[in-house]
Amino acid sequence: MTTIDFVLNGRQQHCDIAPDTSILTLLREQLGLTGTKEGCASGDCGACTVALSDNATQGYRSINSCITPAAKLKGKRLVTVEGLSAAGTLHPAQQAMVECHASQCGFCTPGIVMSLFTLYERVRHEAERGNTTPPDQESLEATLGGNLCRCTGYRPIRDAALAMFDLDAPHDVVQDTVSQADAESVTTDPTEAPTPGSDAAFYLRPQTLDELVTLRRDHPNARLVAGATDLWLESTQRLKPLSRLIDLSGVDELRKIDAAEHAGQQGWWIGAGITFEALTPWAHAHFPAFAHLLHRLGSQQIRHQGTLGGNIANASPIGDTPPVLLALDAKLRLVSTRGRRDLPLTDFFLDYKRTALADDEVIAAIFVPQRPPEVQLKVWKLSKRREDDISALLGAFYYRVEQGTLQDVRVAFGGMAATPARALSVEQALEGQPIDAATFAQARAQLEKSFQPMSDARGSSDYRQQAAANLLERLFLVLTSEDEEVMLHAYAR
Amino acid sequence: MRTLVKLDRESARARHELDGKIKGDAPLARQTVEPQDQKEGQKQEHRQAGSACAHESAVNHVSGKARYIDDLPSPANALHIALGLSPIAHGTLTALDLDAVRRAEGVVDVIAFADIPGHSDIGPVFPGDPLFVEREIGYAGQCLFAVAAQSLTLARRAVALATIRFDEQTPSLDPIEAAAKADFVRPPHEQCSGNWQARLDEAVHCIEGELDVGGQEHFYLEGQACVVHPTEDDGVVVHTSNQHPSETQKLVAEVLGIPLHAVVVEVRRMGGGFGGKETQASPWACIAAIIARRTGRTARLRLPRRDDMHLTGKRHPFHNHYRLATDEQGVIQGGDITLIGNCGYSPDLSDAIVDRAMFHADNAYSLGEARVVGYRARTHTASNTAFRGFGGPQGMMVIEAAMDDIARRLGEDPLTIRKRNFYREGRETTHYGQTVDQRGLLHALIAQLERSSDYWQRREAITQFNADSRIIKRGLALTPVKFGISFTAQHLNQAGALLHVYTDGSVLINHGGTEMGQGLHTKVCQTVALELGLDLDEVRISATRTDKVPNTSPTAASSGTDLNGMAARDAAIRLRERLFDFAAAHYPDFERADMRLERGELIVGTGESERRIGWGELIQTAYLNRVSLSEKGFYATPLIHYDRTTGQGRPFYYYAFGAAVAEVSVDTLSGEYRVERVDILHDVGNSINPAIDIGQVEGGFVQGMGWLTSEELSWNDKGVLLSDGPATYKIPAFGDLPPVFNVALMEGHPNSMASLYRSKAVGEPPFMLGISVWSALRDALASLVDYRQAPRLDTPATPERVLLAAQRLRTSAF
Repeated sequence: MTTIDFVLNGRQQHCDIAPDTSILTLLREQLGLTGTKEGCASGDCGACTVALSDNATQGYRSINSCITPAAKLKGKRLVTVEGLSAAGTLHPAQQAMVECHASQCGFCTPGIVMSLFTLYERVRHEAERGNTTPPDQESLEATLGGNLCRCTGYRPIRDAALAMFDLDAPHDVVQDTVSQADAESVTTDPTEAPTPGSDAAFYLRPQTLDELVTLRRDHPNARLVAGATDLWLESTQRLKPLSRLIDLSGVDELRKIDAAEHAGQQGWWIGAGITFEALTPWAHAHFPAFAHLLHRLGSQQIRHQGTLGGNIANASPIGDTPPVLLALDAKLRLVSTRGRRDLPLTDFFLDYKRTALADDEVIAAIFVPQRPPEVQLKVWKLSKRREDDISALLGAFYYRVEQGTLQDVRVAFGGMAATPARALSVEQALEGQPIDAATFAQARAQLEKSFQPMSDARGSSDYRQQAAANLLERLFLVLTSEDEEVMLHAYAR
Repeated sequence: MRTLVKLDRESARARHELDGKIKGDAPLARQTVEPQDQKEGQKQEHRQAGSACAHESAVNHVSGKARYIDDLPSPANALHIALGLSPIAHGTLTALDLDAVRRAEGVVDVIAFADIPGHSDIGPVFPGDPLFVEREIGYAGQCLFAVAAQSLTLARRAVALATIRFDEQTPSLDPIEAAAKADFVRPPHEQCSGNWQARLDEAVHCIEGELDVGGQEHFYLEGQACVVHPTEDDGVVVHTSNQHPSETQKLVAEVLGIPLHAVVVEVRRMGGGFGGKETQASPWACIAAIIARRTGRTARLRLPRRDDMHLTGKRHPFHNHYRLATDEQGVIQGGDITLIGNCGYSPDLSDAIVDRAMFHADNAYSLGEARVVGYRARTHTASNTAFRGFGGPQGMMVIEAAMDDIARRLGEDPLTIRKRNFYREGRETTHYGQTVDQRGLLHALIAQLERSSDYWQRREAITQFNADSRIIKRGLALTPVKFGISFTAQHLNQAGALLHVYTDGSVLINHGGTEMGQGLHTKVCQTVALELGLDLDEVRISATRTDKVPNTSPTAASSGTDLNGMAARDAAIRLRERLFDFAAAHYPDFERADMRLERGELIVGTGESERRIGWGELIQTAYLNRVSLSEKGFYATPLIHYDRTTGQGRPFYYYAFGAAVAEVSVDTLSGEYRVERVDILHDVGNSINPAIDIGQVEGGFVQGMGWLTSEELSWNDKGVLLSDGPATYKIPAFGDLPPVFNVALMEGHPNSMASLYRSKAVGEPPFMLGISVWSALRDALASLVDYRQAPRLDTPATPERVLLAAQRLRTSAF
């Protein structure tokens, strides 16, 4: 059992929980708050959406409570649908949903209301700082892309999302009975780590990298928890007990982005624990194509929790960021009590879901070299659904054009092999070559030889092969017919 | 039972007379509801039938107070049930060793086939659905046993400890092969009008094609769930997420071997149904009921999403083939249509579903002299079941594919061909012998949509765009919907209601229909409010319960409001008439003929002689004078009949119409596409609640679009479902909402039949508006070959299928 104190809907809450308790289970089964629903228990439908804030001064972010460990609540503030109308009047997000006829069966509705609530709060916060731009389609899609509704077809929900800003908000949305001091004085972490090798269940949140690697060394069988967006499926879908857990989110060093020089290259060290949402502004500034991909990675609930390091450590062949990082020639910094080592990402993925990470190591940071201004990065993700879907295929292309030839070419694919992979023979076929049909025909021929993709629910082998070849064709068209539309605006950048 | 009832000559005449009465100018026929939004100033105070008031549970939905099954509290000792599923699709169960399961932590009871006290087959119409596998395994995911434990997690973990042995056999997964081997769950059925063979022999153009139409997972957000409490007199109370409480009551009683009166089934609401909880909500209630009775403890059964998707049936995939004869103008003269429905391992509702596919193989077009044959193929997958449209959408795909094919063959615009083929004077009878009424409405609706969507200007712009764009191609399509309303099993077209007025004047209405988000309860409350002259707030609906209104039909076939609204109205009218009788006798000078109930008052006379009595006072007085303030209502749909031996009849009381125009952009290099704009005009007769009706139209369209685009079911070659969760099965998300989405209800065309206030059913018909997106994708692809051919595009038209179709066209063009 782990003890947690947090602020729930404005009131202090004290709970004893098992390490593998999710927030959803805590709410529904221990606290009797059944407004939050379980639709899939895999973070794909959004029915369980709740709003979380680190402290009283920070805004709320939407998360999937079904795959978030309840232990992460420690010292934080949680708002559930019950908290929005506790004072007896509906929150504008709720009122607008009623007035726009935006609920039918109502089961997804509490989750949608909570996503809208976080948008409302964010916009209100922005307005207080003088920024009154209304939310655009992109921010509505970001807010609601992870909330499935099977009844309405979403039009009335879109109307509600826009209409809620015309409704007066109660001054304090959540009626806090806890002063800021109380909330922050909540104890953060016990240091009572169990003795190495013991079978005792634990959920530990170290505060420094040193603490983390020591725990990692002492408990090689414990599981590391970053965003938990994939790990928790082992609990909800495969019913594995997750009884020994080390949470990385308390380590500040893992959440920084530092501009730095490494091995003679300018670039950035990005903390492995940085969430996709937190990474987005950086990506926007330096690699817009990567930022656009992040917009299509999972849902906002997932992006609020999932981390870059987790996406790499997970080593899924269809993880979204690894092909991009491969194309960017990223390096990993792996640390343990033995010290640290830096490894090119290409050497990290060994085989299906197998990596070079040792039992006592953690990924601390990812080095991404700066992009010279003339270098282009293209990232193209293909999936059945534009939002909240896993890639069937993802291609990342890094190159620059010099006197009509391609230089510094790096090409990487997800979904084409057992790991995310560079397409070295394709790179060779393009490197230094003139941009013409013959060069690209050669590249496609090499591509066909290099990969034998598998067939699964996301796409057949033939499709993956053909679509990957066509991405090369698209690259050729992008390079040769600049004025022509060669991809849909909805997927573009 | 969904078997179709034969028509004898005597009742045919009676129905003919009744038909005349209904279509004539008897009071019933004239009764309509006026759109009340347009009456200025009355919107707020007059929330009755005709007004766009909010869903009765809207405030509870948004505040998290609306309770679904898993939200219901239960005693601390309640048991949680998890199910053991077959890992193989076909074979024989040779041993099921559950000892380790019984010994597992927290386990209280474990049951399998031998533990069923009563009936073991719960097939809803025909046998074939054992509650647990006895020996023969019919599909991967079929239920082998159930474990009841102190928590759901403990129950689920215990399930994994079972030792299951079986002789595995090769599963049959291809419905075409099954049909060729005559491996059917039910015999084939044929509808035939005229000499179809002669029409084909003489054809100017003979158009032939085939198409695989994919299935669809319901993906109701609330999975299958029930809570069963044992009662003191050996019965059970069943709370269930369920479209057919009466059938569950019957099956639970049969499985337990107790009379129906010992079983109460209650449904407050469902978190989505869409047909998936018509027959397939019962097994879980039966299993939980057995455990509740064995243990004397409350038993809860909620299927985790993955189990739900493996255990339950889906929309039937179909394989369609057509050969049609047209004249020079592309007008169909006759032909031959074959529909093979993939039914899964057992009949379930497949007979009626394939029938409905056959009834809709014409959609809005006359087939001339045609034969339509429907096969019910058996495969080793879950038993496919009802899903919004009930086979109708799969049938319609045949003729909509053919319309595009004819257009390409003749070099005409597909809309021109569609319009030429619509039912019209001289071509008004379907291939099953029913006359299509309201043809004028269909033509007016298409003309109006053609204008409001700027179809022809956009067609020109798109043709120009495609000529200039190599990779991105745009497509446009207008497709109509004509959907038959009624259960094709005659006896299901009945409904009951129970109305109570309490001494404070508050009104409680119960009826046999269930609320799954479609707004049925709201519309029924509005109906009662209108008949009693009350505001909606004074009328409340409580949960659907089999001990309040018995022997009910499923809430299905879009008929919820048509049937239950009529029954509730009947009850309200009866009560109102009794109150008028009482008032005429009780109050001096009250003229019976003058009386009306309006805005919470009984009003008699006009002008100076007008007298008013408040509703509350009227009710109090009636009570003190010992007048019954409770009524039951009943309704049975007139006229309908169908003779299955001849394949002819009038299976539908009326048709609902609609049409959609979809525009898409396709990236022909990647197969990605985007729906740019959709315009819809839909016929609901006189709307009882325009907001709810628009919600059904939009939601139906998007669900239909999902069926034909991103929602792909996939199985491995052993018959195990691979797309078993929202990570791999993609229903439309927020960003799939078309950026331009113009939706309107057709005005000025009340139902020609005497339905509830001349309204029309709206649950299923709009689903098929989604076909416009598929047709628009084909249109965009056809531009690759200068519109000389319509590419075959099996559904769902995922980016993969679109890309591969584009590649084929590109190859064939050079």
